[in-house]
Amino acid sequence: MKEFDDVVIDIKKLSFSRGDRLIYDEVDIKVPRGKITAIMGPSGTGKTTLLRLIGGQLKPDSGSILVDDDNIPELGRSDLFNVRERMGMLFQSGALFTDISVFENVAFPIRVHTDLSEDMIRDVVFMKLQAVGLRGAHDLMPSELSGGMARRVALARAISLDPDIVMYDEPFTGQDPIAMGVLVNLIRELNASLEHTSIIVSHDIQETLGIADYIYIIADSKVIASGTPEELSKVESEQVKQFMHGLPDGPVPFHFPADDIVSDLMGGQQ
Amino acid sequence: MINQLARLGHKGLSKLAAFGRAGMILFQSLVAAPQPLIMFPLLVKQIYFVGVLSLIIIVVSGLFIGMVLGLQGYTILVDYGSEQAVGQMVALSLVRELAPVVTALLFAGRAGSALTAEIGLMKATEQLSSLEMIGVDPLRRIIAPRFWAGFICLPILAAIFALVGIYGGALVSIDWLGIYEGSFWANMQNSVDFYDDVVNGLIKAVAFGFVVTWIAVFQGYDCIPTSEGISQATTKTVVYSSLAVLGLDFILTAVMFGEL
Ligand SMILES: Nc1ncnc2c1ncn2[C@@H]1O[C@H](COP(=O)(O)OP(=O)(O)O)[C@@H](O)[C@H]1O
Ligand SMILES: [Mg+2]
Repeated sequence: MKEFDDVVIDIKKLSFSRGDRLIYDEVDIKVPRGKITAIMGPSGTGKTTLLRLIGGQLKPDSGSILVDDDNIPELGRSDLFNVRERMGMLFQSGALFTDISVFENVAFPIRVHTDLSEDMIRDVVFMKLQAVGLRGAHDLMPSELSGGMARRVALARAISLDPDIVMYDEPFTGQDPIAMGVLVNLIRELNASLEHTSIIVSHDIQETLGIADYIYIIADSKVIASGTPEELSKVESEQVKQFMHGLPDGPVPFHFPADDIVSDLMGGQQ
Repeated sequence: MINQLARLGHKGLSKLAAFGRAGMILFQSLVAAPQPLIMFPLLVKQIYFVGVLSLIIIVVSGLFIGMVLGLQGYTILVDYGSEQAVGQMVALSLVRELAPVVTALLFAGRAGSALTAEIGLMKATEQLSSLEMIGVDPLRRIIAPRFWAGFICLPILAAIFALVGIYGGALVSIDWLGIYEGSFWANMQNSVDFYDDVVNGLIKAVAFGFVVTWIAVFQGYDCIPTSEGISQATTKTVVYSSLAVLGLDFILTAVMFGEL
C-alpha cells in the first residue's frame, strides 16, 4: 500500500462480522486528506457497512478507525457527536426526512449543531442549495422531487455544516445518464472548492474510475487491490481484472454455489 | 426429536432476545435523559396523528356499541320487569370492560399499525441512520414522542368511547324504547362507583395504551428494512397487541373485580 503524506482516516486491522459471516478480516485502509477516495467491490461485500463503521453507527469486533486522532469505536456519546459534526454522509436512498421541506432538511444539521440565528441559517441553506442547483426547490416536500433531485438535496444536507469528510454511498446507482453526469461533476467540484475529503462507495466502475484519485477494491472480506486508477488498470490479478472489466465469470463467480444443474432439473428423480 | 428441541430452544432464545431489545428501546427512549423543550412540539404533532385522527372511529364505534348494549339489555331485562336497570347495565359494561378493551383493539388497528409502518419505512429509507449520522438519537427524536402520544391518547379515547357509548344507550333506551328517563340515569348513578368502576377502567386503558404503543414502536424500530419486513411487522403489531390486550384484560379484571 502507498504511503500518503497526510492521512485523515486510518483504518487498522479492522474486523467485523454479522452473525456467522465475516464481513471484514483485518483490513487496513488509509484515506488521504483532500482527495477523492473510492471503495469499490461487488454488491453485498460490506461497503455500506464500512461507512457505518466510520460513522460510528456500528462497532467493529476488533481494530481501530482513526479519524485524525480520534479512535471512533472508543468514543463516548458526546465525542462521537462532535466527530459526526465533521462528517457528512449521503445515503444510498437519499434518506431525506419526508415530513419536512427541502429547506428544513438542509437546515436540520445546522439547527442540531449550531446556535445560528434564523437569518444566518437561511443564508447557509440557500448557499448550499445553490451549490447543487436547487435553490428554487427550497419549499418543495421530498415527495415532490425526482430521484436525481432528491439525491442532490441530500448532498446539500450532507455538506451543510462544511464537513471535513463527505461519504457517498452508491451516489450513481439508479440515476439516469444526465443526473449521473451532473452528480459526477458536482462531487468533483465540491471536493475541489470546499477542500474536504470525499469517500465514494460504489460498484459503478466507469464513473468511479473517472472521478477517484485513489481506489480500494474489496472482495472476500479483504482489500484485494488498491492504487490510482492507472495503477489498477495495469494490475495482473484475475480477480481485479474481472471486477474492473465487468466480466461475468472468473474468480468471482456469477453463480451462487448450487448443486449440479442436471440433478436439480431432474427434481431429484434419479 | 433432538433437532426439534433445539429449534424450540432457538426460537425461545430469539423471542427472549427480542424482548430484551424491546426493553432497551423502552428504557433508552423514555428514561434516559429526556429533552422536554425539543420533545414538546414533536409530542403535540404525534398526539394529533395518533389521537385526534383516531377520534372518528372511536366515536362512531362507541355510539353503535352503546346502542346495541341498550337494545340487548332491554330485551333481556324486560322479561324480569327490571328494564329500568338498563342504564346501569350499559354504563357498567362500558366503563369496566368495553371502553378500554374495544378502544385498545381499534387503536391497535388504526394507530398502532400506522406507527409501525411509519417507523419501519423510516428505517428502510435510512432516515433513522441519517438522524444518527447527524448526531440525533432516533430513539429520543422519533420513538419517544410517538410512545408518549399513544400512552396519553388511549385513556382519553377510552373515556370518550365510554361517554359516547352511554349516550348511545340512552338514545335507544329512552327515546326509542321509552324507558323513564329519571330511573335510567338514577339507576346508573347509584350503581357506578367512581373508584371501583371508573378508576379501574381508566387503569386498564392506561395499561393497554402502554402495551399497544410499546409493541407498535418496537415492531417498527426492529423490523427488517424491506417492504416485506414492514408488512410483516405491521401484521405483528395488530396481532400481538390484540392478544396482549385481551390477555391483560383478563388478568386485570381478575385482580380488580375477582374478589366479588
Ligand atoms: N442490518 C443488517 N443485519 C444483518 N445483516 C446485514 C445488515 N445490513 C447488511 N447486512 C449484510 O451485510 C453484508 C454487507 O452489506 P452492505 O454493507 O450493505 O453491502 P454493500 O453496501 O457492499 O452492498 C450483506 O451481506 C448484508 O446482507
Ligand atoms: Mg450498500
